[in-house]
Amino acid sequence: MTAMLEIKDLHAQVEGKEILKGIDLTVKAGEVHAIMGPNGSGKSTLASVLAGNPAFTVTGGSVTFNGKDLLSLSPEDRSHEGLFLSFQYPVEIPGVSMVNFMRAAVNEKRKYFHQEPLSASDFLKLMREKRAIVELDNKLASRSVNEGFSGGEKKRNEIFQMAMLEPRLSILDETDSGLDIDALRTVAGGVNKLKTDNNATIVITHYQRLLDYIKPDLVHVLYKGRIVKTGGPELALVLEEKGYDWIKQEFDGTKGE
Amino acid sequence: MSAINQYTDLYRQFGRRIDAASSPVLNALRQAALAALDGRRLPAKGDENYEVSDLEALYAPDYGLNIDRLDVAADTDEPFRCDVPNLSTSLYYIFNDMYHGSGFTSGTLPEGVMVSSLRNADEAASKIIGKYYGSIAPIDDPQVALNTLLAQDGILVYVPARTVVEKPIQLVNLLRAAGPLMTNRRILVVVEAGAQAKMLVCDHTQTADVDFLNTQVVEIYVGEGATFDYYDLEEASGHTHRVSSLWARQEAGSNLLINGITLMNGTTRNDYHIDINGERAETQLLGMAIGSGSQHIDNHTYIGHNVGYCHSNELFKYVLDDDAVGAFTGKILVAPGSPRTEAYQSNRNICASDRARMHTKPQLEIYTDDVKCGHGATVGQLDEEAMFYMQTRGISCHEARTLLMQAFMSDVIDGVRLEALRDRLRHLVEKRFAGTLAQCRSCTAAQACHAKIKK
Repeated sequence: MTAMLEIKDLHAQVEGKEILKGIDLTVKAGEVHAIMGPNGSGKSTLASVLAGNPAFTVTGGSVTFNGKDLLSLSPEDRSHEGLFLSFQYPVEIPGVSMVNFMRAAVNEKRKYFHQEPLSASDFLKLMREKRAIVELDNKLASRSVNEGFSGGEKKRNEIFQMAMLEPRLSILDETDSGLDIDALRTVAGGVNKLKTDNNATIVITHYQRLLDYIKPDLVHVLYKGRIVKTGGPELALVLEEKGYDWIKQEFDGTKGE
Repeated sequence: MSAINQYTDLYRQFGRRIDAASSPVLNALRQAALAALDGRRLPAKGDENYEVSDLEALYAPDYGLNIDRLDVAADTDEPFRCDVPNLSTSLYYIFNDMYHGSGFTSGTLPEGVMVSSLRNADEAASKIIGKYYGSIAPIDDPQVALNTLLAQDGILVYVPARTVVEKPIQLVNLLRAAGPLMTNRRILVVVEAGAQAKMLVCDHTQTADVDFLNTQVVEIYVGEGATFDYYDLEEASGHTHRVSSLWARQEAGSNLLINGITLMNGTTRNDYHIDINGERAETQLLGMAIGSGSQHIDNHTYIGHNVGYCHSNELFKYVLDDDAVGAFTGKILVAPGSPRTEAYQSNRNICASDRARMHTKPQLEIYTDDVKCGHGATVGQLDEEAMFYMQTRGISCHEARTLLMQAFMSDVIDGVRLEALRDRLRHLVEKRFAGTLAQCRSCTAAQACHAKIKK
């Protein structure tokens, strides 16, 4: 089976500071990868670079997504091609209603594939269906994007958008942060419902907790801009128990930073 | 040597012809206007409250004037409902600066309500015009004086006491000429005690390549306990230079809403001057300006709280793209002895390109204790984070900008107290940001402007 995502020796910097120092990662359809690592290791940067955040500059390496050169695509085309980023901090957009926002998103994707826009009734039906997956309140759907949403509501809204857009590869950036246990279960449940043999998920997380709900096939440890360790689900348990110090020690030859 | 001189010379030479093609009530003020202009000049760039607009320069070119009131061949084959269709209004036209009445709606106004030409007014209308014309706009203002000297026609809207006009009165101003033209228009609105009315004024330019200097003076009298809405919508061409000066006077317990909207224009200077002269009056002064290309939009406002116990709320918002220039200067004055005044002013702006410029000067002048007043101004850019967030959802950069700019204007649109117009305006603003404004067959003007909107 060919790889869905193939990252080779990816280097990226922000404001002249190199954050990613040679990432290699291959993700195949049907797989769930977890990327763990201490704060500041480059986890969120990797997610941002893959999504096309203009704040980051790619200085080397390549990323192939479904056979296409991902790095040459605009953020919106990456989305159309099936990449989805669930933000660690979803952005509030006052004055733009969820409905208008989602309608624009869904219809632009359809336009990209030369399809007619959805009719108003089909669109609302789709909204209803997908809302149910993460138990997102109808009231939230009629408000401005993320405005005044609680932390849990924002994360649920991310997974709702993921359900609407049906991506091939979802990157969940610290989706567990700021969630209580019930919200975590709902959000993880939503992700699991959307999982098929044809799509893949990259779960970026600091803690093992989320991985109790979203079972990874592979766990990678990112440290100082490189993947320094890869293993099965058991690696996450070791990290939970022993923390990251032993990784740092192994990698740096010293204890801590 | 001021640009005024060519107009005073014109009047000295052709005054008789100007008078002959106007009416005695308008002619009555011309000598006073001429005297007021003696030795004066128009505000020039850099004068106080004219930081970016130069009226001397705007009035300097040699424009033609239609002093003999020759009929313009306006195209009325299709009813021109400008860009606000599906809105049931009593519709009237002014072609260039000549009143052309309605032809569609006669007989639908409530009894006693008058909508009339200022030039061809009947006896009853002339009486009202004679009483109010020039009584609200001060003739010592050179802009007002110049308009008073030259204006030969315009519209009177008169709503007698305790009369409610349900249907909005819509005035469509169309500019159309073969060569550079100066138009001088006058609008007089008298809403007597306890009466209610709404008015929508739409400015369009049909010949987009022709230079226009379009001056207007609007006088609005809002009687005791009366309610009046005035929506002032400009959707003109890049060659239209508009100098508009609105003067309103409010009596006790009255409620006035003014919403000035610049969707498409060339160079615009709007003055909104409101005097609140009676207690317990309410005032809403709203405005929005959307600029792209090399559009220039300058709004100057003044709200005078001359008595106590009144509320005013002022909000102006601008979105400027490309090389557009915007200016806002606004003053709220709370006169001595005006207790319990509440007055708020806000001006918020987005410069969507690096080259767009916004100049803002909010002012409060308070001479009474025991008041609640506030003001603020902001200039910012489109939210980059929100842009990226939307793009990751597949929304194109262009569409994301459109959504954000549209969202920014939502509170000014929400301030419209006429539901059909509110919906219509939301749609117009959406189209304006999407770059597809004014595709209606009657208006070729805006189509020429599309080219200027950066995709």
